[in-house]
This record gives sequence, C-alpha cells and structure tokens, in this order.
Amino acid sequence: MSALSVPRSGWGTRLRALYAISLRETIKFWHQRGRLLSALVRPVLWLLVFAAGFQNVFGVSIIPPYETYIEYQVYIAPGLVGMVLLFNGMQSSLAMVYDREMGLMRLLLTAPQPRWFLLFSKLVAGTLLSVLQAYAFLFLCLLFRVGLPLSGYLYALPAMLLGGMMLGALGLLLSVYVKQLENFAGTMNFVIFPMFFMSTALYPLWKLEESGATAVYWLARINPFTHAVELIRFALYGQFNGVACAVVLVALLVFFMLAVWGYDPQRGMVKKSGRG
Amino acid sequence: MNKSVTPAILSVSRVSKSYGDVRALDAVSFTLASGFYALLGPNGAGKSTLFQILTGLFVPDQGEAVVAGYNLRTDLVRALACMGVVFQQPSLDLDLTVQANLNFYARLHGLPVAEIRTRTAVELEKMGLSEVAGKRCRALSGGNRRKVELARALLTRPRLLLMDEATVGLDPASREMLLAYVHQLCRERGMGVLWATHLIDEAERADGVVVLHKGKLLALGTPAELVQASGQASLLATFLQLSGQPAAETGATLKAI
Repeated sequence: MSALSVPRSGWGTRLRALYAISLRETIKFWHQRGRLLSALVRPVLWLLVFAAGFQNVFGVSIIPPYETYIEYQVYIAPGLVGMVLLFNGMQSSLAMVYDREMGLMRLLLTAPQPRWFLLFSKLVAGTLLSVLQAYAFLFLCLLFRVGLPLSGYLYALPAMLLGGMMLGALGLLLSVYVKQLENFAGTMNFVIFPMFFMSTALYPLWKLEESGATAVYWLARINPFTHAVELIRFALYGQFNGVACAVVLVALLVFFMLAVWGYDPQRGMVKKSGRG
Repeated sequence: MNKSVTPAILSVSRVSKSYGDVRALDAVSFTLASGFYALLGPNGAGKSTLFQILTGLFVPDQGEAVVAGYNLRTDLVRALACMGVVFQQPSLDLDLTVQANLNFYARLHGLPVAEIRTRTAVELEKMGLSEVAGKRCRALSGGNRRKVELARALLTRPRLLLMDEATVGLDPASREMLLAYVHQLCRERGMGVLWATHLIDEAERADGVVVLHKGKLLALGTPAELVQASGQASLLATFLQLSGQPAAETGATLKAI
C-alpha cells in the first residue's frame, strides 16, 4: 500500500504554489507572443501618432516633477506606462473568466492553500508580466528618444510594481462579477476607458480645471489610476509622491480584499454563480 | 456505510443546500471508510452540489462534512490536502503539455521537486501516458484527457478520491479501463473513492452505494444489501423503486441509466 497524503502546510508549500501559478502565467504568455506585440502597439501608437498630432494643442507648463518645459511625448510617457499596466490588469481579469469557463478555476480554488494566498499568487504573477511589458515599452521610449532620465528606469520599478498590483487587484475584483467572456467588452467601456481618460495620463489636472471641466477634474483627482500614473511619473525623476503612493496602496488593499471576499463561497458573489 | 473497524475517511452530517427555492440537498448524512463507493442518482439528484460542498467551492446552508478528520468549515486547507478530485467538467489547461499540467498541480499542492519528478513518472506510466507527456493536452483524445486528470488527482496520494461522473463521454473501453484502474487503486492504496454516476453498471461493482434523489439520501449499503432489502431482482429495479418513479417515467429513467 502506498503512503497516503499527509497535509502539508507552511510557507514552503505556499511558495511552491506561488511559483506554480507564476510559471503557468509565464508559459501561457510565452505561447501568446502576440500579446506582447499588442500590449506595445497600443501605447506606441499613442506616443508616436497622438503625441505628435497634439504636441502643440496640449501645452504643458512647468509642474512637479518637471523642472523645465518638456515635450508632450515626455509628459504622456508615464501615462502610457500606466496604460500598459491597466490593460494587463484587465487581461488578468479576462484570464480568470476564461479559467472559470474552462473549469481551471475549480482546480485553483480547490488547491490546499488559503484562498487569499491563491488570489495573491495570481496577482503577483500577473503583475510581474505587466511590469515586464511596461519595461518593454520604456525600452521603446529609449529607442524613440523620448527624454526620460535613465536612472528613472530603475527608480520606477517599485512604482510600477505597486501600480501594477493595484490594477491587477481591480482586475481580480472585476472577474468576480464578469461571468462570461462575452461581457468583457463592457469592462472595456465601463472601466478601462473612463479610468484612462479621466486621469492625468494625457493631460495634467490643472488643464482640466482651467478648461472648466470641473466634474472631470474631480473624477480624475479621485481616480486611483491618476495616482498610479503620478507615482510612476515622479519615480521616473527619482522623486517620491507620498499622496499618490498612499492612494495606490489603499486602493490595492480595498480592491484585493473585495476580490477575496467575492471569491469566498460563504460570503461573496461566487456562491450565487449557479447550481452544481 | 458505517464500518466501525476502519476509520472514517468521509463523514457527511445533515448537509443541506438550497438555491433560492430549490432544495438541492436535504439533510444528507453518511459515513464512508476506505473502499469504492458509488454515489448513484439521476441528473439533478444533487451529486454535483455535494461534490462542490466537499471540495469547498460551496458552503452548505446547514450541516458538516469531515474529510480524514478535518472539518471542511474549520480546516478546509488540510481537508483539501487529503483529497483528489476529478471534476465532471474537464479542468486541464489545454495549452500546456501533459507534464506541465501535472507539474502545475503538484506544485500547487506543495510537493517538493524530487517527489514531483518521481510521482509524475509513476502515474504517467501506470496510466499509459508516458509517451504523450510532452504533448499539449489539446492534442489528446477525450479518453486520454480523462486519464491525465485522474493521474493528476492521484499525484498527492489522496485518502479520498472524488470522481464526478468521470466516465461521461468516454468510449466503453476507456470507461472500463478507468473503472478497473480506480478499483485496483482502492485495493492497493487503501483509499476511499466516491464515484458519482448515473450508470447502474458502475454502481453494481462498488463496495457500497449511496443513493441520492432530489437532494435526499434514499439508501446506502452494498449493492447486494440494497437489492435484498428492496425485494427487487436488480439494482436498477431497486433504484427505480426507491426513487418512486411511476411507470410513465420509468422508460425515460431507464434511458438515462
């Protein structure tokens, strides 16, 4: 008779689970090389086409962290890094919905690990891929001679990790409520576009206020994506934006805890997901 | 199936679950030791709901379930560590190879690298899958995919194996092979298997049968005990009698079974 299982516990087993989930996400990403291409084409188009076209329309005055006048391309680069992270965060939501439809979600949720840890592992795995793609975009910025300080590439790492985790947590939360892949278009319309356009990714806050778009100004101010972009913007210049960091951190915790709550069969939305 | 001489691997006590006004499980209680047990019931009997509760995906409205001494409400992680599950709905990552699917599962369950290597090799060989280990699951036949799922569930040497209508969609030869292999595992490893099915011939070969109908536990015992107690000639006739289906429904039920 073979020895039967003895429950394993502790951080060793958890780290193996984290590794398993990260490795799977990486393998899947490697199989879908078009994902990297599409993740880069989008911001590059904005950088080269949109920024070139609107260079003279959107004048940017000297505002922190900038110490001199800058080109519009330089202004929107951190916003486009945020865009890469935002789309990847939503991609992880899409992957969760796909896994649910394919039955893989059950496999994940029945693993002998605390559910919060399984979701945290998904979040970490998705964020690492997001940051990798954000760096690929920053590398293209270098090729296109967008004047970002080289040291900023290193300083921006913790900011991108935090921003990526916050947006990934939002993706996890959305995956609780998005029941079918077909509903994902709604996520684009109701989450990605409003978050991106009502932020400082494309124009600074004072511009919104000056133009009289007060409602948009206030929405942009409370939009956590704004703060993720500002955190990255400041970090690229070796500066720390405490308010942005605090907002991103709080948003990350709130989104993640709500996602864990949503995936708890006793309390969350998953229990309402139909008969077995 | 109470066997006082062997410790209980699964104990379900007055478990109830409703979806709105529909009572999917109604105060279901039974205890299983090691051996092969068929959970017999037609579609909608509550088998899948019971499996979702036993795997922690759903929480019962009332009642308790204990796996290998671990209460699912208070010690879910340890209980899950003692279980292997083959779901009714396929749950392989079709884009990954057979080996990668097994590795993913083993790591998820916290097995060390050396054990993963030996155990995956053993299970793949036993299931006759060694040659397709490097193939993506998408390229496998339905029967082989099921075998991979079973090999995967066995990697952790579970004390309790849950099989939720695992033979649905398999050809007769694959079905027979799977059934025979799981029976053999029961004997070799001394584990408990709860095999949900609506196929009478699968239930007839079990050490014990748990009959579920419309969320209620109708009977439990060995196939011979159930037949004898009902005074019928076969397990099929016993099941029809237990579920109280009128003659008009019998034809449809027979088809299903």
